Amino acid sequence: MKTHKKARQKEVAFYNNPENRAIIYQVLALAGIFIFTYFILNNMFENIEKRGINTGFDFLSSEAGFGILQSLVAYDESDSHGKVFLVGLLNTILVSVIGIIFATIIGLLVGIGRLSKNFMVSKLSMIYVETFRNIPILLQILFWYNVVLASLPSPRQSISFFDSIFFNNRGLYIPRPILESGFTAVIIAFIIAIASVIYLKKWATKRHDETGEDFPLFWVSIGILIAAPTLVFLLSGMPATLEIATLKGFNFKGGWTLIPELLALAFALSIYTATYIAEAVRAGIEAVPKGQKEAAAALGLKDSTILKKVVLPQALRVIIPPVINQYLNLVKNSSLATAIGYPELVTVFSGTSLNQVGQAIEIILMTMAVYLTLSIIISILMNYLNSRMQIKER
Amino acid sequence: MAIYEKLEAKPAPQGTKGIVHWVKENLFPSVLSSILTIISFYILYITIPPLLDWMIFDATWSGTKEEITKDGARWIFIFEKFNQFIYGFYPEELYWRPNLALVIFVAYIIAFKRVNVKLKAFIIISFPIITYTLVAGGFGLEHVETEKWGGLLLTIIVASVGIVASFPIGILFALGRQSNMPIIKTISVLYIEFIRGVPLITLLFMSSVILPLFFPEGMDFDKLLRALIGITLFQAAYIAEVIRGGLQAIPKGQYEAADAMGLSYWQSMGLIILPQALKISIPNLVGSFISLFKDTTLILIIGLFDILAMVTLTNSDTNWLGFETEGYVFVTMIYWVICFSMSKYAKSIEDKFNTDHK
Repeated sequence: MKTHKKARQKEVAFYNNPENRAIIYQVLALAGIFIFTYFILNNMFENIEKRGINTGFDFLSSEAGFGILQSLVAYDESDSHGKVFLVGLLNTILVSVIGIIFATIIGLLVGIGRLSKNFMVSKLSMIYVETFRNIPILLQILFWYNVVLASLPSPRQSISFFDSIFFNNRGLYIPRPILESGFTAVIIAFIIAIASVIYLKKWATKRHDETGEDFPLFWVSIGILIAAPTLVFLLSGMPATLEIATLKGFNFKGGWTLIPELLALAFALSIYTATYIAEAVRAGIEAVPKGQKEAAAALGLKDSTILKKVVLPQALRVIIPPVINQYLNLVKNSSLATAIGYPELVTVFSGTSLNQVGQAIEIILMTMAVYLTLSIIISILMNYLNSRMQIKER
Repeated sequence: MAIYEKLEAKPAPQGTKGIVHWVKENLFPSVLSSILTIISFYILYITIPPLLDWMIFDATWSGTKEEITKDGARWIFIFEKFNQFIYGFYPEELYWRPNLALVIFVAYIIAFKRVNVKLKAFIIISFPIITYTLVAGGFGLEHVETEKWGGLLLTIIVASVGIVASFPIGILFALGRQSNMPIIKTISVLYIEFIRGVPLITLLFMSSVILPLFFPEGMDFDKLLRALIGITLFQAAYIAEVIRGGLQAIPKGQYEAADAMGLSYWQSMGLIILPQALKISIPNLVGSFISLFKDTTLILIIGLFDILAMVTLTNSDTNWLGFETEGYVFVTMIYWVICFSMSKYAKSIEDKFNTDHK
């Protein structure tokens, strides 16, 4: 019997041995990929030559020759395609930052609103989430741009707030602060205020640990942060003025202008992403077991302390990863700007520059690389946060 | 011996039941909450009545363009252009073909639950062939080029092809990512993370501009096929991640038990692990399909005419200028109804699987 078994084991063919198989499969997979890559690269070079398309990254230094609607750095038509790339990238970052800030604020409010005991508030929050989450983001962008913003009055009939902010179909005009030399003092005062708040927090925690006495840290901190810079600002003779936009001819001049493309994109992105953030916030808070709150209440903690010391630390661990994922989605969705012509990376670089230069491969790969880099940076950050937020178990 | 008298039960204290109590408890429990309630009612007051007026009471439902007198929505535009919104440029005399495909689809779905495995396989294999023949032509049916496909028809075709084609690829990459073969694992991780790291629009640009360069001349991809390739590659990475979540949720004992039974890798995956993993991934899969359905709107950027692109297109008719609002609202309602019902479906499955004690 024994010999029989041994004999059968020897019969296992080379290709039936799982270890050998694993190696064979992997070699085959690699070979397949190499052959495929070789095939497409070969064709690619052949096609590029036949069509007379340039290769390499020389185009980045050649003159672009087109204007851009909005630029955070000085740009004119004689600048290079490399500069176009930079302008587009900065515009992507600008709209992403605006979107992230507003999406977070709206998302937090709505997410907490959904858990409110107030019937109206929770139902309204639910309607908000269900409405905007189920409409494609591109449709929302086009709607804001083509319907809402296009129906605003012309510059002469602008909607104005306090005679300093103007809103019309050419955009939103807000006053621009002009800083004079003395303003550095205000900035220094602000930095000192931050430092003292950090010190104050340490002191208050220590005192609380030793004596159990509470210190109204939050309100005092806010007070310091606002009062110190304001005081210095007033004492140093108000070294800043506001430049208000004024109607000259057919349009407004001066101040800061937010073009309608930026407004439509920022509105749509914040409103859409906020629905997902709201759901993440709700799920996070709901994930904290009821017993935790009850136990904290049984210890005699105040509602605000329960929220700050018991619920939030546990909820945040659940909330942060999906929210960061949504930030990433927002950055990627900002590329839809190309449908309304907001001059961000995809519009000006993968759009206009590509049409002029024709080097699709280099340009699209560069664009993808930008988003990939952003994704990788954000996911490294997320992993770091995650590992810090993990419960330390023994 | 004491004598006990029976006392009648007292009524419940005032204000612990009834509508008044509910209102007090849920709408006006505290000052802050009352203020929020009033603000909420105010928001409803300023949004709902004008919206209803615009959409229903002041709307123009019939007649011709010249007879419009009311301020509300002019739905006659939608009625006039309805066929374009649904079928795009599809020849009018052939509308019955996509319609028939839809009827077959519904019939198949109803039949699917009630038939045995062989018939199920037949349905899954035959359906795409029948649909393609009906919509595109062939086997004696007149040929309709893909340029003429449009509207909701195109949206549904792109979404369904994306879902069906990406599913097997997604499963393979999910298994690859969980595999203990280092090279296979690396390839899967690189693919998934690359696709998930870039916006869909850049992938669509890539498949529409760069893809033709990758193949020898004469191998022509039509525009729709290029978009479909881009969308499938994109969706596969997301499906892979969803299924990986399911695979990770399967207890290790299941893998070990399958191995102990002497099942091969594909047997243990196909018979033991995947059926369980797919089942628990269903809610997230539906979520992923909803995202894909919404993302199909992006094909308008590379020049295909889906239902959203029809808004602009129908408004370029010189007889019907300035009807964008109606068009966008109509398309919004279609998307909303479809996405909302799918998400409710996902929720119901999730609740069915969720046996937590809460």
